[in-house]
Amino acid sequence: MAHVVNQVRRAFYRDSVALMRISRAVGALDGVASAALMIGSVTNKNLMRDAGLLNTDGEGAGPNDLIFAVSADGEAAAASALAEAERLLDAPAASEKGAGQWYPKSLDTALAQLPGANLALISVPGEFAAAEARRALNRGLHVMMFSDNVPIADEVALKQDARQRGLLMMGPDCGTAIIGGVPLAFANVIGRGDIGLVGASGTGLQEVSTLIARGGGGVSHVIGVGGRDLKQAVGGITTLMAFDALDRDPGTKQIVLISKPPEPAVAKVVLDRIAQSSKKVSICFIGVEDMPVPPNAALFSDLRSTAQSALSDKRIGWNAQPPAASELAARVARGRSRMQGLFSGGTMCAEAQVFFRRAGIAVASNVPIPGVRKADATAGDMHALLDLGDDEYTVGRPHPMIDATLRNRMLADALEDNRTAVILMDVVIGYGANADPAGELISALPPVNERKAVVITSVCGTEDDPQGYSRQVALLEDAGVVVAPSNAHAAELAIDVLRKLP
Amino acid sequence: METDKLLQMEVRVVNIGLREFARDLERCNVPVVHLDWSPPAVINPRISELLAKLGG
Amino acid sequence: MTVPTSGDAIAAANREALRRILASEPVLVDVRLAKDAIPQLPDRTILHAGPPIGWDRMCGPMRGAVAGAIVFEGWAPDLEAASRLAASGEIRFEPNHHYDAVGPMTGMTTRNMAVLVVENRAFGNRAFCTVNEGIGNVMRFGGNDREVIDRLKWMAAVAGPALGAAIRNRDGVPLKPLIARGLAMGDEMHMRNAACSSLILRELAGDLADTATRDLGRILRFVAGNDMFFLNVAMAMAKATVAPAHGIAHSTVVTTMARNGTDFGIRVSGTGDRWFTGPAQPAKGLLFAGFTEADANPDIGDSCITETVGLGGFAMAASPAVVGFIGAGTLADAIGYTRSMREITLGTNTDWALPTLDMMGVPTAIDIRKVLATGLLPVINTAIANRLPGRGQIGAGVVHPPLACFEQALVAFADMNGAN
Repeated sequence: MAHVVNQVRRAFYRDSVALMRISRAVGALDGVASAALMIGSVTNKNLMRDAGLLNTDGEGAGPNDLIFAVSADGEAAAASALAEAERLLDAPAASEKGAGQWYPKSLDTALAQLPGANLALISVPGEFAAAEARRALNRGLHVMMFSDNVPIADEVALKQDARQRGLLMMGPDCGTAIIGGVPLAFANVIGRGDIGLVGASGTGLQEVSTLIARGGGGVSHVIGVGGRDLKQAVGGITTLMAFDALDRDPGTKQIVLISKPPEPAVAKVVLDRIAQSSKKVSICFIGVEDMPVPPNAALFSDLRSTAQSALSDKRIGWNAQPPAASELAARVARGRSRMQGLFSGGTMCAEAQVFFRRAGIAVASNVPIPGVRKADATAGDMHALLDLGDDEYTVGRPHPMIDATLRNRMLADALEDNRTAVILMDVVIGYGANADPAGELISALPPVNERKAVVITSVCGTEDDPQGYSRQVALLEDAGVVVAPSNAHAAELAIDVLRKLP
Repeated sequence: METDKLLQMEVRVVNIGLREFARDLERCNVPVVHLDWSPPAVINPRISELLAKLGG
Repeated sequence: MTVPTSGDAIAAANREALRRILASEPVLVDVRLAKDAIPQLPDRTILHAGPPIGWDRMCGPMRGAVAGAIVFEGWAPDLEAASRLAASGEIRFEPNHHYDAVGPMTGMTTRNMAVLVVENRAFGNRAFCTVNEGIGNVMRFGGNDREVIDRLKWMAAVAGPALGAAIRNRDGVPLKPLIARGLAMGDEMHMRNAACSSLILRELAGDLADTATRDLGRILRFVAGNDMFFLNVAMAMAKATVAPAHGIAHSTVVTTMARNGTDFGIRVSGTGDRWFTGPAQPAKGLLFAGFTEADANPDIGDSCITETVGLGGFAMAASPAVVGFIGAGTLADAIGYTRSMREITLGTNTDWALPTLDMMGVPTAIDIRKVLATGLLPVINTAIANRLPGRGQIGAGVVHPPLACFEQALVAFADMNGAN
């Protein structure tokens, strides 16, 4: 019987990632089933209540209070878990620049400290993000909003306001940008070149930009617009502004546009604008195989093809001999035939689905593209491609690109599961990501000779990323993990292996 | 055009939220100031509205 | 329906408020009995610290002080009769602030007490504060026995007139430059006044020797022995400085902060004489050995008039010594407090520069909008009083006004400026 305790600390704030790290550590203690430290906002309390972590003490917390919640197997375990949580919370930050590092609390003071500031990077909880963006736009700053869970009406109002001021409103839900060579939030170190990217999908931008870099190309700018920009209500405001800017930019000679399929009216507006450009445009609407596009543009349904187009059709392929699918199939323990895809990038998951759909192999997903089934209890033994960055998996947890705990647990479970033959994963490196994604993944694997399924990955990153592309690849290969040269190749190989199973 | 200026000039960032983002930018030698954000002390939406009207 | 005031009008009004505060020229010009110095001070009236309050809601130390003040004035023969008189409704209680006065802790001001007189030569207005009694068993902590009353009588009859004569003898003591020197010597003029107390004694010693007719030694020792002597001078100075900035239409600048041991009250330049109150908060800091939070009186006194003009907690960067005493942390934390206060003020006072902040002036002119927008409440350095009357100080710390004061003020301002 779960013993749930809550403790409330009044008028106390700490950022969500810091809290989640502590939650993770406390959740790993003996006798603790789960733990969460969250600010007492209505959203968070709903999440905690649904997770069975909230009692009347926690219910009484307000939006400026911190809730400690622990579910343990008894009073003693709960009490020591709470004590440990407090200890971790109150420990002086070792990584601070020095005792008494002072940060401004108001935008006015921040701007006084950094004259000429031109971009606000906003990653506060969603319910407060719009107000911060409004303030920033009022002060003439461009905005990149990493925050999500922002009401779409606010997004529309902010983008209209930004447009009127000639400022870029990137986001909400914009995880990636590279402006003038500067990586912002989750972004890779990409060599400078003349390819400009604009995208509604962070990991889509990361995959295409890193494929371009590894293929010898370079980027001028990578502009994220936020996941909903191409919805009818938003009308592509930021996409159009970004396209305009790249079109006018003398340093950009060709443009790449990446998105989930936009709603038809918006697609039309965007395509009409593309038609007015004299620059070559490679368009990726994930999963859209067929759509008329202007003469200066080409349409692709997957990220790899888009990157190849930007590289003037240079083929992206395996460095050496690709592994033989039959050989990999031979490693799979008898009787296993199921594929589990565990993705940290939503667009990677979507791209994998495109390949499975093209191959006519039935799959289920929690974020299905058309023609793919929704993953639920009735999906049974179907192959599954899961986006672990989607809301249902990130309740009270950091994004899987930051913290590998959940994905590693699912990886271990999948390997144990006697139906699993192939596991497909993306390993995203670069700024914002975990310090050693390959190492994290490997730590969840049994030794190769005990492994009953084949693990196939691709690494999304570059040599210049802090983690180093080839170092990460080497770590994975040394641990018996297959590393494909792109997410598309990984999906194709997975399909080949499945076809070779008895 | 402001957006053109952003693309031509050096990015100078005010980071509002996760401190990690500011640290990454510092590591890249990008001019950045981290703003120590916390939720508004004022929970009353009426007060927030008045503040917005009165230039707060 | 009022036409909404424009943002420009508010900005202009605030600029004027800041200008007036910075332009002040406070001079200590006299010490006189309150009945002679304070215009229109009615009889049977006790002025107290903080926003308006009645006998029933007064805390222990203030009731003790009231009883003592009544006996001092001779309105009752003893403390018991005094308390009954106080409860009867026959004595009027009013804030010091309603008479251009301020008083520390219980802040008792009555007709026959000696008060410091500070004149703001830039605008001609005056402000008043009783003379500091010293430490321990004093009326400002609720003391009311024979010792307290006799001392007050001596101050009114001997020390006060002597100080007044000395001050008049040299045409007053300009206070701004003296405070500037104090800031460079570790004072912040609220909890730390040792330097300025010494400086002002040096200023007046010669004149005292020339003009005092009796008790010169006792008077000198009375001033010299009190590290907090200058607090009351600083308070009157601050009141005289901020008063001309009050009453500017459309200004959101705070012109009064004060507590009565039960409520904390603020007043704002553009909202007239309305008080905006909330519960007085507990201070966070260090208590002397043997005392716990249960012994502490809620926040009390007009002394945060010093913070209202950029001193005290706002100038914490000047006071390495006070940091440890009030439990605020390290020097870096003290500097951090001042930098945070800069976020809620409109400007700085370059006449009062802070060496530890590269000569940045003290943060001046608190804007209620910035307090609400940032959630940063003014930080006040304060003594913590024993909740039992007459027992004195039990510690020191940092305290804030309740946010409610600023919220109420904003609503009132919005009503008056067509924004609601």
